[in-house]
Amino acid sequence: MSWNRKHLLDIESLTVEEIWTVLDTARAFKAVGARAIKKVPALRGKTVVNLFVEPSTRTRISFELAEQRLSADIINFTTEASSLKKGETLKDTARNLEALNADFIVIRHSASGAPHFLARVLNASVINAGDGAHEHPTQALLDTFTILEAKGKIAGLKVTILGDVLYSRVARSDIWALTKLGAQVTLCGPTTLVPRVFEQMGCRVTHNVEEAIADADIINLLRIQHERQRKTMFPSLAEYTSLFGLNQARLARTKPDALIMHPGPINRGVEIDSEIADCPRSLVLRQVTNGLAVRMAVLFLVNGGKGPQEIAGN
Amino acid sequence: MSETQILNTLEIHRALTRIAHEIAERDETGGEVVLVGVQRGGVPLARRLSQLLGGIWGQPVAVGTLDVSMHRDDLGQRAAPEVRPTVIPFDVTGKTVVLVDDVLYSGRTTRAAMDALNDFGRPRRIQLAVLVDRGHRELPIKADFVGKNVPTSHAERIQVRLAEMGQTDEVVLEKGTP
Repeated sequence: MSWNRKHLLDIESLTVEEIWTVLDTARAFKAVGARAIKKVPALRGKTVVNLFVEPSTRTRISFELAEQRLSADIINFTTEASSLKKGETLKDTARNLEALNADFIVIRHSASGAPHFLARVLNASVINAGDGAHEHPTQALLDTFTILEAKGKIAGLKVTILGDVLYSRVARSDIWALTKLGAQVTLCGPTTLVPRVFEQMGCRVTHNVEEAIADADIINLLRIQHERQRKTMFPSLAEYTSLFGLNQARLARTKPDALIMHPGPINRGVEIDSEIADCPRSLVLRQVTNGLAVRMAVLFLVNGGKGPQEIAGN
Repeated sequence: MSETQILNTLEIHRALTRIAHEIAERDETGGEVVLVGVQRGGVPLARRLSQLLGGIWGQPVAVGTLDVSMHRDDLGQRAAPEVRPTVIPFDVTGKTVVLVDDVLYSGRTTRAAMDALNDFGRPRRIQLAVLVDRGHRELPIKADFVGKNVPTSHAERIQVRLAEMGQTDEVVLEKGTP
């Protein structure tokens, strides 16, 4: 058991022991979700600001519910209705929120490093809910938790991440978490979206989908992020689907106990066949349930974190 | 640091046996009594009491475990505590719940345990059984069943060692180094 961090900014800087602490704590919080009374007073009297400068539905809702179940007070701050639209800087916005005695800031931002910046300038605890294409640590923790729950272990598992890796903060955080815990990670997708440079993160890179999924225990599909790409990354969605989409024919050639994951939102018929998304081998909805437990665990842990302010990443 | 033994293996067994008889005497109807061990030291003691009570009443006595981390009053003032499993495999509503803990000190753990227990229902009554009461209460809480009262100073520590945790059963008082 070890957690002395005030912030959760990325997975890259976490130790293996810290990742296990989150996963162990999340198991206890998942049990709370199964009770008649699903709320505990752990963050009673604390204020959390959800600063979502980039649109998000599921992550924001998951964080909000996690905060409510910990009895925190919540302020939601979205770009559409904010002073950021009027030209206020991120720093000023955050300082104003802190002047209201916010104890935690959960930030989603299109710029990589925005949470690290806030952690430097604020006294509040900062939790990264996704920064640009950099990291999405709580997603990686809930993915890891879900794999552990479904497979009973992480070390030695073969995990294939298929899709838009280049623009994916989920992929980066997943790669850090899974490789730290001893899984073998394979990345697959079009050459433009899965460059060889990812081999430096300890992954196998292939552009052949059949090869990538043949011996996988977990196939983690990533959404094609229209909003982050230029049109030149691949010719068309239809071509992507035919070359890399997970369909019944491809699924039939995987290991029978291989499980399917997707961080959502799903583009049905693009990266995954609609029936596969709903089949018993799909962990998609368990990921959502577990996301709540993992976010409760993270808030619970950083609440007690006083230690040296880690400014990770660089 | 010096250690003084307060209870040996046999004395722990005797204390628990006496507590079991006191519970049986106070709470006549066996079927309505459940035991809830407070993580961590209270859990093996609750299991032992359940065995002893089961022998007295001739029927099994249900045992649950309760982790109070999420209900502590010092969260945010210290590193987050390790959260151990809470398993209450019965409905506590209408039951006499005997909370079991190893050491009663400030009473704050007991306060948190009562709050946590209320999330699972409305017990008819809650009682408290502890192996050692070392004094220094910070809340108006009193144990119903006590294995041994041990006057201590704040600098001292009580260690409850149990076979279930891989040690020889004993309770020792550690004198802090001034």
